[in-house]
Amino acid sequence: MVSSRNAVEALRSDGMKQDLPDFRIGDTVVLNVRIQEGNKTRVQAFEGVVIARQGSGIEQSVTVRKISSGVAVERVFPLHSPSLESLVLRKSGRVRRAKLFYLRGKTGRQARIREKSGS
Amino acid sequence: MKGLIGKKIGMTRQWDDSGRSVPVTVIEAGPCVVTQVKTTASDGYDAVQLGFGKAKPKNTPLPVQGHCRKAGVDALRVLTEFPTEGVSGLKLGDRVDVSCLQGVEMVDVTGTTKGRGFAGTIKRWNFHRGPAGHGSKNIREPGSIGMHTKPGRTVKGKKLPGHYGAKRETKKNLTVVRIDAERNLLLVKGSVPGSKNGIVFIRPSR
Repeated sequence: MVSSRNAVEALRSDGMKQDLPDFRIGDTVVLNVRIQEGNKTRVQAFEGVVIARQGSGIEQSVTVRKISSGVAVERVFPLHSPSLESLVLRKSGRVRRAKLFYLRGKTGRQARIREKSGS
Repeated sequence: MKGLIGKKIGMTRQWDDSGRSVPVTVIEAGPCVVTQVKTTASDGYDAVQLGFGKAKPKNTPLPVQGHCRKAGVDALRVLTEFPTEGVSGLKLGDRVDVSCLQGVEMVDVTGTTKGRGFAGTIKRWNFHRGPAGHGSKNIREPGSIGMHTKPGRTVKGKKLPGHYGAKRETKKNLTVVRIDAERNLLLVKGSVPGSKNGIVFIRPSR
């Protein structure tokens, strides 16, 4: 019998993407998402700040927040979903916590994230 | 013959063709050993008894050990019968693995649900709870359980606290997402009764 833990681990790593960049909370990233319109698919970019990462392995997802024409938009993306074409790191941010939910209540200068020095 | 004994391993997710996430339960299905073949001639009906899982011989009753040895194995944890239509062609000691479910779209999975012990009405029957404040004293109480002098008793079948779980249950019509014959894994959509490492029985849905 296979060790059950290994079996799930192997399954989890089966469809995992290997080409994801090493990004952290507070970084600004661009996510290229495949979206279906009728019977055509096209790629749409979503640029924003990573405010949370949840889960592990193939189940990992990120929450990305951006201000789109004055309206704050947050989207959760499963990282290993085939509909997420690629993830590009734009800027590294210097933050001191793992979840940036405090950004939700802030605007303007207070919602700014300092860029990491030396990167 | 289509049917297997397996072990629930856990849950994860897979992606469908359109990129949508599908929650799946991973079941280590088989390989099972045919421990007995029943026929209409000898037993009045057609069935195959399958065995699954390693058991320590010192913890297995001697009659069971003897029964398993006929199939060429030491001791098995579970033995179950699966009905067959007519003669299945399986012989004593044959191995049945997950590839026997190839082509099956939906399965029924039977398992023993997690035991919750003596549970109240909120957990057991999804009752609402009462207000927590304003001097309330009926936060998790079941409320009234009947009328007055007429009928003067509590109706039978009234939902009340009691033992919950640790009961055999079947989840029907679960979509088969993937069959991994190499690793003996079966992935079905959705959840399956029981805890991890729990024994489950898999049959094709009717």
